[in-house]
Amino acid sequence: MRHKSLAEFGLPVELAEPHAPVVLFDKVCLAFDEKVILKDVTFSVRAGHTKIFLGASGAGKSTILKLMLGLIRPDSGTIWVLGHRVDQMTEAQLMGVRHHMGMVFQEGALFDSFTVGENVGYKLYEETTMPLDEVRHRVEEVLGFVGLSEHIDKQPSELSGGQRRRVAIARAMAAKPTLLLYDEPTTGLDPITSLTIDAEIIKLRDLERVTSVIVTHQLRDAFYVAVHSARLDASDTADIIAAAEAKVEEADFVMLKEGGIHFEGSAAELRNSTDPYLKTFLS
Amino acid sequence: MSDVQGTWLIEFVKKSLLEVQEYVKLCFAAVRGAFTRPFYARDVMEQIEVIGIGSLTVVLLTGFFTGAVMALQSGIMLDQFGARPYVGRLISATLIKELGPVLTALMLAGRVGSGIAAELGSMMVTEQISALRALGTDPMRKLVVPRVLAGFIMCPILTVVANTVGMLGGWIIALTELRVSSGVYWSGVVEGLFMQDVWMGLIKPFFLGFVIVTIGCHVGLRTSGGTQGVGRATTNAVVAASVVVLVVDFFVTRLLISILF
Repeated sequence: MRHKSLAEFGLPVELAEPHAPVVLFDKVCLAFDEKVILKDVTFSVRAGHTKIFLGASGAGKSTILKLMLGLIRPDSGTIWVLGHRVDQMTEAQLMGVRHHMGMVFQEGALFDSFTVGENVGYKLYEETTMPLDEVRHRVEEVLGFVGLSEHIDKQPSELSGGQRRRVAIARAMAAKPTLLLYDEPTTGLDPITSLTIDAEIIKLRDLERVTSVIVTHQLRDAFYVAVHSARLDASDTADIIAAAEAKVEEADFVMLKEGGIHFEGSAAELRNSTDPYLKTFLS
Repeated sequence: MSDVQGTWLIEFVKKSLLEVQEYVKLCFAAVRGAFTRPFYARDVMEQIEVIGIGSLTVVLLTGFFTGAVMALQSGIMLDQFGARPYVGRLISATLIKELGPVLTALMLAGRVGSGIAAELGSMMVTEQISALRALGTDPMRKLVVPRVLAGFIMCPILTVVANTVGMLGGWIIALTELRVSSGVYWSGVVEGLFMQDVWMGLIKPFFLGFVIVTIGCHVGLRTSGGTQGVGRATTNAVVAASVVVLVVDFFVTRLLISILF
């Protein structure tokens, strides 16, 4: 079990360097009225790596993602995302940072009055000057990536839960973000569908070099993403294979408990932990 | 007053002040959003269609039958003074100055205010508003500004439509039931109106349209508590907008009387 201090992460100046953290939380605290949600939370996420947040319901996992996006502000502490201090930015300034980020919401949060294609291309249609035919091409490309090309003209209500989640991933990746946040991407899905979602996360991370932050309480999916990697075969088809040891080390687990970080470490460290709470959680 | 009642009262006042503060902030943000970029012109056109064209049927029916029933009622009353030919004058003065703007606004509060609160409320509880923000879109500019502009533009237009069909409804009743000739009725309509009345009838709907839509947006964007919360938000929006329409109508009328007369 290891808890890193801010000094280990580096100061803000270093955030601009190539190996600087993409995300940096320093002593972040948040409470709603009397209820403490996060208490002195400090961690970092490096480019191309995966951070997986585990914890019981109400432990503050989803709140961390909302803080990264600037959807809510902390009571104290600092949050750096992609070299910007997001806890002090105005909504208008945050829009610039969010252009480089994507988020997959728990239930997909697809716009129910739009078609699948319009959902996926929303950011490109509305917030960029990309020509419409290029937007259409990109939408088809990302829907192909998640295996849903034939559903481009359907309404979200016509899709299954797993398909909606994959459309949400496609929407989040359409504008080629450098950081993708996943809020319970497999909750409520059957094991087979969950594996397809896990595969999409791995493919995005390894083939598109997207830094991933995953919030989940599905241990099976968390470990699957941590210990597998994606590669292209001779026919340019993505294969999911067991990851090399160095790759597995790039996935970090964080266990939240009562608003604080209870554990931070690799998949192996988590598995081998003798901490009673972790053992209960893993059993 | 017991401690429990005192605490409850303080909490109630605090909550009410917070609501007012958030509402005022939304109004300022909406006005600022209307004059700064990014501006979602396509959404404004869509909302003009939804709010304006979509409300046409209810406004036409309300206006027509209001004018007709006013002619019927006032005919009986005017008969007592042998003043039946003045029915046109009475209808135009009442409809254009007061009933047209207020009834149109109340109809819009029921149809548009509830619709906006339900739509934005559903988007809130299904995290679509958060998704919009995560995708780099400001919900204020994308959702609120187009609706506010559409309400601001369409409420006066719908009021004019309601006034027109109201006077037509009055004319049909005057002609068929009261046996007042068309010439007498329409000359009464014109004689009953002063320019100040017309201005009052045209200015008020701008204020009323603005409050209906901003209340719908405010209530919708503060929705929580799942589908039950959406239902509550819809009811709150209609009740609040209807009451505020009558209150705003009083104060704007008071202000316009002091300015115009």
